[in-house]
Amino acid sequence: MDALLLQFFSLDVAITYFPKMLRGLWVTIQLAFFIVISGLSLGLGLSLLRALKNRLLNFAIIFFADLMRCLPPLTLMFIFFFAFPLIGIPLSGKVAAWLALSLVLAAFSEEIFWTAILSVDKGQWDAARATGLSFSYTIFDVILPQALRISIPPLTNRTIAITKGVALASAVAVPEMLGEAIAATSYSSNSTPLIMAAVGYLAIFFPLTLISQRIESRIRWSL
Amino acid sequence: MTLLQVSGLRKSFDETDVLKNIDLTIERGECVFIIGPSGSGKSTLLRCLNRLEEPDEGIIRLSGVEITGKVKDINRIRQKIGMVFQSFNLYPHLTALSNVTLALRRVQKLHRAEADIRGLEALGEVGLSDKAHSYPGTLSGGQQQRVAIARALALKPQLMLFDEPTSALDPELVGGVIDAIRELQAAGMTMVIVSHEMRFAREAANMVVFMDGGEIVERGSPTDVFENTSHPRVADFLKSFT
Repeated sequence: MDALLLQFFSLDVAITYFPKMLRGLWVTIQLAFFIVISGLSLGLGLSLLRALKNRLLNFAIIFFADLMRCLPPLTLMFIFFFAFPLIGIPLSGKVAAWLALSLVLAAFSEEIFWTAILSVDKGQWDAARATGLSFSYTIFDVILPQALRISIPPLTNRTIAITKGVALASAVAVPEMLGEAIAATSYSSNSTPLIMAAVGYLAIFFPLTLISQRIESRIRWSL
Repeated sequence: MTLLQVSGLRKSFDETDVLKNIDLTIERGECVFIIGPSGSGKSTLLRCLNRLEEPDEGIIRLSGVEITGKVKDINRIRQKIGMVFQSFNLYPHLTALSNVTLALRRVQKLHRAEADIRGLEALGEVGLSDKAHSYPGTLSGGQQQRVAIARALALKPQLMLFDEPTSALDPELVGGVIDAIRELQAAGMTMVIVSHEMRFAREAANMVVFMDGGEIVERGSPTDVFENTSHPRVADFLKSFT
């Protein structure tokens, strides 16, 4: 029992690596924040473009979504980090990670938004168009509010998954939390930093799921 | 005075001709019932009148102005044509009042206060002023359908289209909706109603149009169609209701 406590819950190790872990947590939160903002916005934008039903545009969107959902995010990150400098576009590790994970989240969330838009009853479009609402008013006032509600649970899942994906960024030299924890674990030959990272993730995700439940219940209008 | 004139209207879905050369003239203030078996093209005809369905051929004129073909502002025209659907199609995330005022605010660009006044007026006309702030999910089917009527009325249309307005209602709720439509008729509204309520049609219609297989088989006064029809298809159809 003592051995376990010493290996996973050592106070000395925790104090030594606390500043590093805190910086790692901050990097993870920052990256996740920007990824979620840009990924979800791009995904929503693409799903709206898809609603325009332009054949060529839709082909491009579907191709993008399928590609980004299939490729390992790490591969994308490497391409941005190692290949782009060779064509004269040097990207920092953070930017490469942000770009890669944003694109992946955009692809997944585009599919989620689009499915939600499709699931809104066709009669809603009829009613809106019959009262003379334009396409954009129909989308923004009638369809989206209903679609967003349906989207929230799967979007929350995706947001959690992509935030965990930030851990991949250590591969392109970003000092995010999990990478720092693994490094600290090897330096100290002690697993406490991993537990600290776990606590850090919980600190990120518990509030996130709470917020998501809040939003969901807030817009539960029909009985 | 002619309000709506339909000539040579055709519409097909894939290989099926749903509407075959429809001609129809509706006078101002008239109440026209379209009856016929399911799949006869009644609803498609109605949906072509405000171009929720795009006709393949033919001309529709509203007050003499063509609304088919390359009409620039179909949304302006749609405001003059109210439509009520079988399944109400109220916006579930908006209150009854907001359902009614959305188009007033967005298309007619009224301020919220102005729109609310017009909205409450329209809800009053269908006897639902007290439900203005209720969400559709809390209303009965009959109340929802009356809100839907108010939503169309608030735009002060010249023509109202009803697509089986009572078909989705429990029998005891049909009366309230029919009363609301009757009051509209009394106020002089021009209406086209697709319905299976034969008794309502018999009492309220100025003209009854019987459709089958995408064509108008017979048209005339309720007496002509219900009592004295010479068409076997019409007689067969009516027999199924008695």
